Amino acid sequence: MSTILEVQNLVKKYGDFTAVKGISFEINEGEIFSLLGPNGAGKTTSISMLSTLYAPTSGDALIAGHSIVKDPMQVRNAIGVVPQDLALYEDLTARENLMFWGQMYNLSGKALKNRVDEVLNQIGLMDKAKDRVKTYSGGMKRRVNIGVGLLHKPRLLFMDEPTVGIDPQSRRAILDTVKDLNKQGMTVLYTTHYMEEAEELSNRVGIIDHGEMIAIGTQKELTKQVGETETLILHISENDDPQALVTAFKGIKEVLEANVIDHEISIITPSAKDVLASVVTKANERGIKIHSIDIREPNLEAVFLHHTGRALRD
Amino acid sequence: MLKTFLIGIKDLRIAFRDRAALILMLAAPFILTLGLGLVTGRFSNNSGSGLANIPVVIVNLDNAQLGNALVATFNSADLADLVEPTVGSDSDAARLLVDEDKSAAAIIIPAGFTNSILPQNGNDPTNEAVKIEVYANPSRPTSAGIIKAIVDEFLSRVAEGAVSGQVSILQLMSSGRITPEQAQAAGQEMTARLQNNPPENNLAIKLNSSTANGETIKFDALAYIAPGMALMFLMYTVSYGGRSILAEKSQGTLPRLLVSPTNSIQILGGKIFGIFLTGTAQMLILIGASSLFFQLKWGDAFGVVVLVLAAVFGATGWGMLITAFARTPAQVGSIGSATMLIFGIMGGSFIQLDQMPAFVQTFSRITPNSWALDGFTTLGLGGTLADLSTPIIALLSMGMILFLISVFMFSKNNLVQK
Repeated sequence: MSTILEVQNLVKKYGDFTAVKGISFEINEGEIFSLLGPNGAGKTTSISMLSTLYAPTSGDALIAGHSIVKDPMQVRNAIGVVPQDLALYEDLTARENLMFWGQMYNLSGKALKNRVDEVLNQIGLMDKAKDRVKTYSGGMKRRVNIGVGLLHKPRLLFMDEPTVGIDPQSRRAILDTVKDLNKQGMTVLYTTHYMEEAEELSNRVGIIDHGEMIAIGTQKELTKQVGETETLILHISENDDPQALVTAFKGIKEVLEANVIDHEISIITPSAKDVLASVVTKANERGIKIHSIDIREPNLEAVFLHHTGRALRD
Repeated sequence: MLKTFLIGIKDLRIAFRDRAALILMLAAPFILTLGLGLVTGRFSNNSGSGLANIPVVIVNLDNAQLGNALVATFNSADLADLVEPTVGSDSDAARLLVDEDKSAAAIIIPAGFTNSILPQNGNDPTNEAVKIEVYANPSRPTSAGIIKAIVDEFLSRVAEGAVSGQVSILQLMSSGRITPEQAQAAGQEMTARLQNNPPENNLAIKLNSSTANGETIKFDALAYIAPGMALMFLMYTVSYGGRSILAEKSQGTLPRLLVSPTNSIQILGGKIFGIFLTGTAQMLILIGASSLFFQLKWGDAFGVVVLVLAAVFGATGWGMLITAFARTPAQVGSIGSATMLIFGIMGGSFIQLDQMPAFVQTFSRITPNSWALDGFTTLGLGGTLADLSTPIIALLSMGMILFLISVFMFSKNNLVQK
């Protein structure tokens, strides 16, 4: 597989604040690469630089062999961008939006019309194509937003948190669309702070936090980093103090790590069944009622926790 | 170039789908034109010539040369279409007609008016001039204003004649051509000439003019009101267009354009073209609508089109400048609305510029309204494109200067550059 994106020590500074601190990674043609990280980690800034919207403070990236610094126009022809926020003309219909954006990507005539029809079918809005976008639901708008990024069949598609703030049904449709696009050969760089999305979609994942790439690899490679561990998630009442319980759990021999996430307590251990009895006893001793306990296999959440000591939702 | 055009067309389409914008771009100027037309009596007669047949009652208590001359002026052929004078004998009855809104004004020429100005039978004129009273109808300000203007013009001519006569006699005396004894006779001769050639014959108020082929053109008051309103709301349209630049930034479509294979110049050019197109469409629709519904004659069609393009170009420059200085779409809206009103007032959309103080007239030249109104008035009086060189050059220069400043500001503020 050839490399379609090669990021070389990319830095973005705003005055004294460094939003992206020299990240480097590669994406191979045909894969879905997720950039996973909490809000404010630097995902959108990274995509903005890679899509030539912002010039990097230092470093460079090659997309389809073209430098984002020296040859931005060639880069723009090779990429499609689905921004985090809707970027559509709400007083235009879906078809008019797609026609306009297709023209901005140098499509014209019959080829443009045919491509717009294809995309409308792909995003499932052919029957609503003549309605103004402002009359659409949030999910439908998201689909048009994605459709715009697909019009010129880009070699590399940037999708910046495309499922933020939408209903589960639309979210499902978007994730299925991403998988379909990838099956058709499109390379996707997908940013998200939802671990489940990264796990479902990605061939490889880059975990980013505070502007730094803290881990990169396949899911298997990443979960190996936290070892053969399991995670117990305890749900307790909002009135109880989880911090005292966490301190108690850390005293259990088999507990590697314990953290509070909202009113859940996360416990990382080599064997969940070995610590379960001790955990329940400690809670009972403090009069804290455990509503439920989930046992999870090693996942990206655990990887993030392992590297940062924080949950992705923090 | 194609993308610039496409962005402009897209903006035109969006502008004409915005109901609130349409109300301000088209409905508001149209309704205001209609309203002001009604106030000026433009629609209350069948002449189709705007201000016409203004009812005025004249009470001539002077019954001497100048009083009679003023009555004759109002009955002259020049003013036949404009005023409809009736002569009364009772001052109070005349004022009552005005109070009852049956007349736009009453002119009371007091006894001794002529004698207060012209020497009679060798006697000097009285020291203090007797004043003519114009009793105006407050509900017909424009019509009453026209009556007052005619009387003022008449008095101005009378005063001019009297003063020039006195100066002439003094000069003749000082040069030794006549003796002091002959001065009185010379004065009487001049008075006789003035009486034989009263001001009515060379009155400066010319409401009629002729086209090159000799056809008589009647100036329609609406031909001033309609462009005035259209130009005032053109300023709204250009600020609306400017606001869309910042709105695209905040709604994410500008960044999306910037990551497409479209360069900053094409984008900015497209936005400017969109404003220009929208403004031009607005002006042409208003001109078309007023021609259709008000039977308004705008004058030479080619001149109108060129003047509209120049006016929109100048106004677009202002729209860009406002946008370049503003930070948010809301700021553009606020500054744009204020500019629309200030330029509307200062540029003569509500009050004719020649009725304003000199400094306002000078300052008004920074507005596209003022220059364009000059042009539309010229066209309304039968002028052609050849007569419009000054306003057109002024508007184009205004637009160019403002564009250059705006582009400098945009690049400084990194609005369309990364």
